[in-house]
Amino acid sequence: MSAADQQSLPSAPPAFGIDRPKAALICFAVAIALTIAQYTGLLPAFLHRLPESLIPPFADWLDVIFEFVKEDLGLLAFTRFLTEGLEWVLDVTGNLLFGRRRWPYLGPIPWSAIAAAVAVLGYWLGGWRMALLAGGTFLWTALVGQWEIAMQTMSVLVVAAPMAFVIGLSLGITAWKYPAFENAIKPILAVLQTLPFFTYLLPAVIFFKVGPTAGAVATVVYAIPPMILMTILGLQKVSPEVVEAGKMSGCTRLQMLRHVYIPSARTEILVGVNQVIMLCLAMVVLTAFIGMPGLGATLLQFMGSFRLGRSFEIGVTIVLIAVALDRMSKAWVAKQPEHFEKGTPWWQQHRYALIGLSAFVLFYVLAQFIPYLNEIGRRQSLSMGREIDGVMRTFLALDWVTAITGGLRAFLNNNVFIPFRNFLLSIPTPALILLIVAFGLWLAGRKQAMLAGLFFSLVALSGWWDRAVITLYSVLAAVILATLIGLPIAILAARNEKSARRVLLACDTAQTFPSFVYLLPAIMLFGITDIAVIFSILIFATVPLVRYTIEGLRTVPPEITEAADMAGATRLQKLLKVQIPLAFPTMAVGFNQAIMFAFFMVIIAAFIGTQDLGQELQRTLAGTNLGTNFVLGICVSLMALSFDLIIMKWASDRKRVLGLGG
Amino acid sequence: MSTGTAPVISCKNAWKIFGADPKGYLKTLSEGRSFEEIRADGYIAGVRDVSLDVHKGEMLVIMGLSGSGKSTLVRCFSRLHEITGGTIEVEGTDIGSLPERELIELRRSKMGMVFQSFGLLPHRTVLENVAFPLEMRGQDKHARRDRAMEVIKLVGLEGREEYFPRELSGGQQQRVGIARSLAIEPDIWFLDEPFSALDPLIRREMQDEFLRLQEMLGKTIVFITHDFDEALRLADRIAIMKDGAVEQCDTPDQIVLNPATEYVRKFTEDIDKARVVHARVLVEAGATAEGLAIDGAASVHDMAKMLITDPRDAFPVTENGVALGAMPKAKALDVLLDQR
Ligand SMILES: Nc1ncnc2c1ncn2[C@@H]1O[C@H](COP(=O)(O)OP(=O)(O)O)[C@@H](O)[C@H]1O
Ligand SMILES: [Mg+2]
Repeated sequence: MSAADQQSLPSAPPAFGIDRPKAALICFAVAIALTIAQYTGLLPAFLHRLPESLIPPFADWLDVIFEFVKEDLGLLAFTRFLTEGLEWVLDVTGNLLFGRRRWPYLGPIPWSAIAAAVAVLGYWLGGWRMALLAGGTFLWTALVGQWEIAMQTMSVLVVAAPMAFVIGLSLGITAWKYPAFENAIKPILAVLQTLPFFTYLLPAVIFFKVGPTAGAVATVVYAIPPMILMTILGLQKVSPEVVEAGKMSGCTRLQMLRHVYIPSARTEILVGVNQVIMLCLAMVVLTAFIGMPGLGATLLQFMGSFRLGRSFEIGVTIVLIAVALDRMSKAWVAKQPEHFEKGTPWWQQHRYALIGLSAFVLFYVLAQFIPYLNEIGRRQSLSMGREIDGVMRTFLALDWVTAITGGLRAFLNNNVFIPFRNFLLSIPTPALILLIVAFGLWLAGRKQAMLAGLFFSLVALSGWWDRAVITLYSVLAAVILATLIGLPIAILAARNEKSARRVLLACDTAQTFPSFVYLLPAIMLFGITDIAVIFSILIFATVPLVRYTIEGLRTVPPEITEAADMAGATRLQKLLKVQIPLAFPTMAVGFNQAIMFAFFMVIIAAFIGTQDLGQELQRTLAGTNLGTNFVLGICVSLMALSFDLIIMKWASDRKRVLGLGG
Repeated sequence: MSTGTAPVISCKNAWKIFGADPKGYLKTLSEGRSFEEIRADGYIAGVRDVSLDVHKGEMLVIMGLSGSGKSTLVRCFSRLHEITGGTIEVEGTDIGSLPERELIELRRSKMGMVFQSFGLLPHRTVLENVAFPLEMRGQDKHARRDRAMEVIKLVGLEGREEYFPRELSGGQQQRVGIARSLAIEPDIWFLDEPFSALDPLIRREMQDEFLRLQEMLGKTIVFITHDFDEALRLADRIAIMKDGAVEQCDTPDQIVLNPATEYVRKFTEDIDKARVVHARVLVEAGATAEGLAIDGAASVHDMAKMLITDPRDAFPVTENGVALGAMPKAKALDVLLDQR
């Protein structure tokens, strides 16, 4: 495309601009007609649901392919070989951190030594506050008697995160070097990022043996995509003059990469590291579903037996670890090198490393004499779990509490959720697909609408339509509620700078929590019921909504709001006529993320008991039904991708129209 | 300037076209197609049929408005850009045909470059930045440290060698860039608007500093600027570019006295010509005159008072003890008075 074309592009009207809304309207009308026909009993059954006989056995086909890859291509032999290496590494970290009886038979390292070293690391990264957060987290973990399970989780994390980093970085560099490769992996990454985590788990188990190895592999795969994306971004952003300076300094290609590109992309790469760590933590906790021992497994077990106090304590530990890891890695991103005056002795230049090492050694030695510093057993711990269990139970059994939660539940169930669900289920398959197409045509464009229609048709062909619709229902119900709750909060918070910043900080912190933790408050309030499912999705999805709404409102240029003030707009008019329309594209990004989060959470909520795809997926974990597992996972992914395509296209179009920059 | 020896850089009919298929497009390109016509075809002519030589020890200043192709041309000299057509020879070798290994070797031993926004590596200290080219060619740690310290002293940054770039001011950062480009003792020195990003005061100071360095080192220099005053201060010769082509390449005196094109004339319109034109270019060879001789390096501005008070009609001119001829008073007065 020539430069002249590019210049004229933004102002040119989109092709077929006039008849796109009309097409949307037609699709919409046909869908309504089909639904009415269904209600009046005029619709032939094969138009309501695809007849069983027409559904291709995708799962069986996939199984054949997997079987071929697994046995005939020798993939299984290869992965078993990898498993051994990985197992060895995990044994080493397992031995050091929680004393698994494997080589090198040194561990477990006393908790106090680790906590002290981490506190010094925190101090180096971010002063006293960070030291307190980092050391305090580990101290808490030990004191409440969760050291061993926390270290089980950590022993996988410390292996998985570096692996994901190295693999992601290498793939990112390759993709940056070879645009063809980048184009090839971009769609795969998009699918991977929307694929429900249960779909990562089963292949991991089948190819990499149940237990920590499968957990580590699933975690690594799950954490790689953002690392790839951040690496590409960082490398592309290196200033051309720095690159030229490198070339003029006589760098070979390898020297360019090692000494120029990678160090110059440091910030983006470290942001990638932060994301890798957070995703790894979230995933490691979830590997509880395939029997990985650790914080997640214990939480799962306690929640299952409704011991809320102890679940709560583990939840606190997980959240603390998440926040500490997040803050520390972010501090690392922000940390700039400082110079030392000439002649600074080496011990002064490395003083933090030395202090950390001494603290570690000191406590290691002390722990040999003071058992409490070495290990805190469950009995010696300060855990109040049992007591809190009791308190919670009494609280939840109080008449007025049961009256409120029970009443709320009955009301929502009978008047909102169940009717909504039944309505969605009553819509004929082709009508729902047409509705999605209409939605795409109306908001985005032909391409997005076609893809979304294709994706939903594939879901229909998969044979899991009803389950998929129930999944969709949970997602939609939760996101609608989240919007109703989140928008007012965000609008109120955005009214002044201080509260906006506070709420944003809260949202940022909440986003670092591993998703699993969000089940806790839901179960606490509503027990193991379907309302708890919606509720957990609801809290999870509200966070990005609030965050992006505040950000959108805050970035409205002050000249514009001032102009509105001068025009004599009331506060409400200003909000409705000026601020929200301008903030809408950003809000849409938040809305999109809320939907993505909801698709993610609805699968996890299968644990509470649902009748959707998640439930089926969880069921496949027990067996070796890789084909079904994949089909189910892809169904979730396709639905999520449809929304993603449509909403993101709309948001970027809108931003361009408003001149807010791409 | 020694025109007798072979040029250090010799550029013949060089083209650099940006776009989808530059080579194929250049083949079909008809003679005399303008920059705008090429743009309408979907290509950008960064460098358009440029031929010029750079001689040993001279300072060639490339001048032109932003976007006229100055940076692109210089990047062709060091093959940071592959040229689309023509040839560029550096010390007699055609750099377009050099294999990668030898190209790297050439840059490691002969070329230094300074960038407008410095191009420093943010994670390296001043010392490590300056030593970077030495490190790349595998020099051992002590030798490169010594050499780096030497150039750091040369640019007046002693005591700052352990600082990181972001801890320095713009002027200091550019000193690091200069030091880095000098570390390998290059024969050819490229500077792409090295002072444009600096405040006017600092710019002046850096220009003086630069002239001092050049006096000491006597390198072959290609210096880019969009600032005519800067060009006049520094240049032995000036090449004026427009839309990728060189409009005129000549000494400052000739450019103001005999602009080759209307564009160049417009460019030089507001210049105080009396400060640019020197006695030596106004001389009529063979003619003689009586009385006290004037120095060929004196500008018309320097002679202004004498031109008005001295009754002679012509003045003998000598330079370095050699008589050049006589300068008619009328010619000098024309220059002095030709100002709007
Ligand atoms: N990598 C590139 N791709 C496409 N066009 C370029 C590229 N580099 C420079 N140009 C174009 O070439 C022309 C000359 O640019 P440049 O040499 O940077 O000008 P100057 O240094 O004189 O300001 C400009 O029109 C610019 O847009
Ligand atoms: Mg330039």
